[in-house]
Amino acid sequence: MNQKKRIVVIGATSAIAEHCCRLWMQRGPVELILVARNVALAERIAADLRARSGQAEVSVETMDFLSTPAIADSVARWTSQMPVDIALIAHGVLSPQQPCQDDIEKTRESVEVNGVSPILFAEAFAGAMERAGGGTIGMIGSVAGDRGRRINYVYGASKALMDRYAQGMQHRFAGTAIKVVLIKPGPTDTPMTADQKARGRRLASVESVAQGTVDAIDRGTAVAYLPRKWQLIMFVVRALPDFIFNRLNI
Amino acid sequence: MRPVSSWGRLSAEPHQVTALSDIATLADELHGKGPAIPLGRGRSYGDACLNPGGTLLDTARLDRFHSFDPEMGRLVCEAGVQLRDIQRFMVPRGWGLPVIPGTQHVSVGGAIANDVHGKNHHRVGSFGNHVRNLTLVRTDGGVVDCGPGVRPDLFAATVGGIGLTGLIATAELQLQPVTGPWLDTEILPYRSLDEFLTLADDSESLWEHTVSWLDCTAGSRARGIFLRANPAVDQSGKPPSPRRLAVPVTPPFPLFNRLTLPVFNSAYYHLNSRRGGARRRPFDTFLFPLDDLQDWNRLYGPRGFYQYQLVVPRDAGPAALRDILDIIARSGQGSFLAVIKTFGDRASPGLLSFPTPGVTLSLDFPNRGARTERLFVELDAVVRAAAGRLYLAKDARMPRELFEAGYPRAAALAKFRDPGMSSGMSRRLMGQ
Repeated sequence: MNQKKRIVVIGATSAIAEHCCRLWMQRGPVELILVARNVALAERIAADLRARSGQAEVSVETMDFLSTPAIADSVARWTSQMPVDIALIAHGVLSPQQPCQDDIEKTRESVEVNGVSPILFAEAFAGAMERAGGGTIGMIGSVAGDRGRRINYVYGASKALMDRYAQGMQHRFAGTAIKVVLIKPGPTDTPMTADQKARGRRLASVESVAQGTVDAIDRGTAVAYLPRKWQLIMFVVRALPDFIFNRLNI
Repeated sequence: MRPVSSWGRLSAEPHQVTALSDIATLADELHGKGPAIPLGRGRSYGDACLNPGGTLLDTARLDRFHSFDPEMGRLVCEAGVQLRDIQRFMVPRGWGLPVIPGTQHVSVGGAIANDVHGKNHHRVGSFGNHVRNLTLVRTDGGVVDCGPGVRPDLFAATVGGIGLTGLIATAELQLQPVTGPWLDTEILPYRSLDEFLTLADDSESLWEHTVSWLDCTAGSRARGIFLRANPAVDQSGKPPSPRRLAVPVTPPFPLFNRLTLPVFNSAYYHLNSRRGGARRRPFDTFLFPLDDLQDWNRLYGPRGFYQYQLVVPRDAGPAALRDILDIIARSGQGSFLAVIKTFGDRASPGLLSFPTPGVTLSLDFPNRGARTERLFVELDAVVRAAAGRLYLAKDARMPRELFEAGYPRAAALAKFRDPGMSSGMSRRLMGQ
């Protein structure tokens, strides 16, 4: 691993993504391209990463995350000179359920930002990596995608789209040097979940989820629940018959 | 509102916790907040980081580095950065923090606000001695810089000032060159307080880190283990990543009690006497042994525990320490983690800094209510008579008059305080 790893992070201001970058930084020389909507925050993250490592190349870009031509052009530009080793697709918003039900415009926004946009990035990277003959696509999904629930099915369905998409790409790239890794974090202690924390909910630390993400990307794990206990919990949730599930307030 | 405990787990009062995450909007966010107190990693033992019924300004997400000058070893970072993080990224680049307390899991802001010290105090002084500059954000929306050369009076009030002068937002730290993660260490058993003092005196000029564990169930016929270390000559090889264990649940009663203490202490003494001698060890397992046991504070049971850390001037030292050890042995409330160390002569920068030339002793006691308090009253009398003081970062109960006697410069803090900042500790010891 003497050569600089090239990593593109979509949604670089996500807390999990930021901590993944710190871990990559610690391991050796990297070139990071941070792509974010909030440029000012992304610049502060870039400054942090540069201060942490003497041998990091960090750049910041912004773009329209919902524009198909912008996605296609940007991915082509990032991959045209040199192949990208890792593309981490981490953007998203935690959109509360009720506003989406009250205003279907919000529903559209949520599904586009959390579901459609990530798979467009993934498809664009997949094509480039196929031509380059290797690379890893990491996608941050959610346990919320495993079964629709009344409290968050708009968000959950967007993540479920990502889930099936990743599955299909894994099938497509089986036996090749291209890995598609779907991360499914449980509730994690990030600015996104601040109000859950205020209500006293126990959340996984973002450091541990980031460590799990980096490990899963290293190993090319198809699906990684983080922390691991969520694999068992969601297995049970998926397996519950409707007549029980529909009576539960979960 | 949610319940918050400090490290001693003596209380779990409801607090309004405000998570700060954006350095750019800090001044707006703090404006008009109050009564509030900053919270770092919550590693102080008592009420320095608590504000029952009020607001805590949680700095955990203010954890970004701003810049690092690799020529001069100067790091500018936000207050919520953990010392462990600095070590993790800077040691491979040949720089390290000059001062780290007994755990790396504290924030830069907390380390400054408590002016923490480490096992190398006799060489480098306290944490505040290595802060070149810091930015305070106050609840009136003001942003003020201070340092040893800029507004030194405000700086002296802020270092060790337990958060009362405003929120430390960023700090510029002077790191020191390090050769690597290994230390050459020596472990020496000793069998009396005098022997400890001789060892400490002999070691200070030649050893960078010195500390000692003391079996305080034996009274003034103290025995213990003296540890000393220097940066290793041979830095080759990568240190093993430590095996981290965790205490998964809180036992229904303190595991350290009258029956188990002599056994633990004796076992610890003999184990270490046997594996004594010189050896190369990784700096983190040597300097922060408890960091490998996550949530160790749970071992003291559901009622929590007190840590009593005192310092007495060197002349009064031996006699006062003997008295203290006798009182503890008589009370039957021995401590497992008794740590004794000599402080050097370097002056601490803060008005409320704890380190002062002399001997410091820190003791853990499970909370047994009135019985424990009666023991503390006896110990307080010895500390007071010896012109000593107790460490604010550890304290949860000292009477106001002992605070005023131990910290004669405390009154000077008042005019630098941020009127919006108030903690359980400040109300207990300063009236507001």
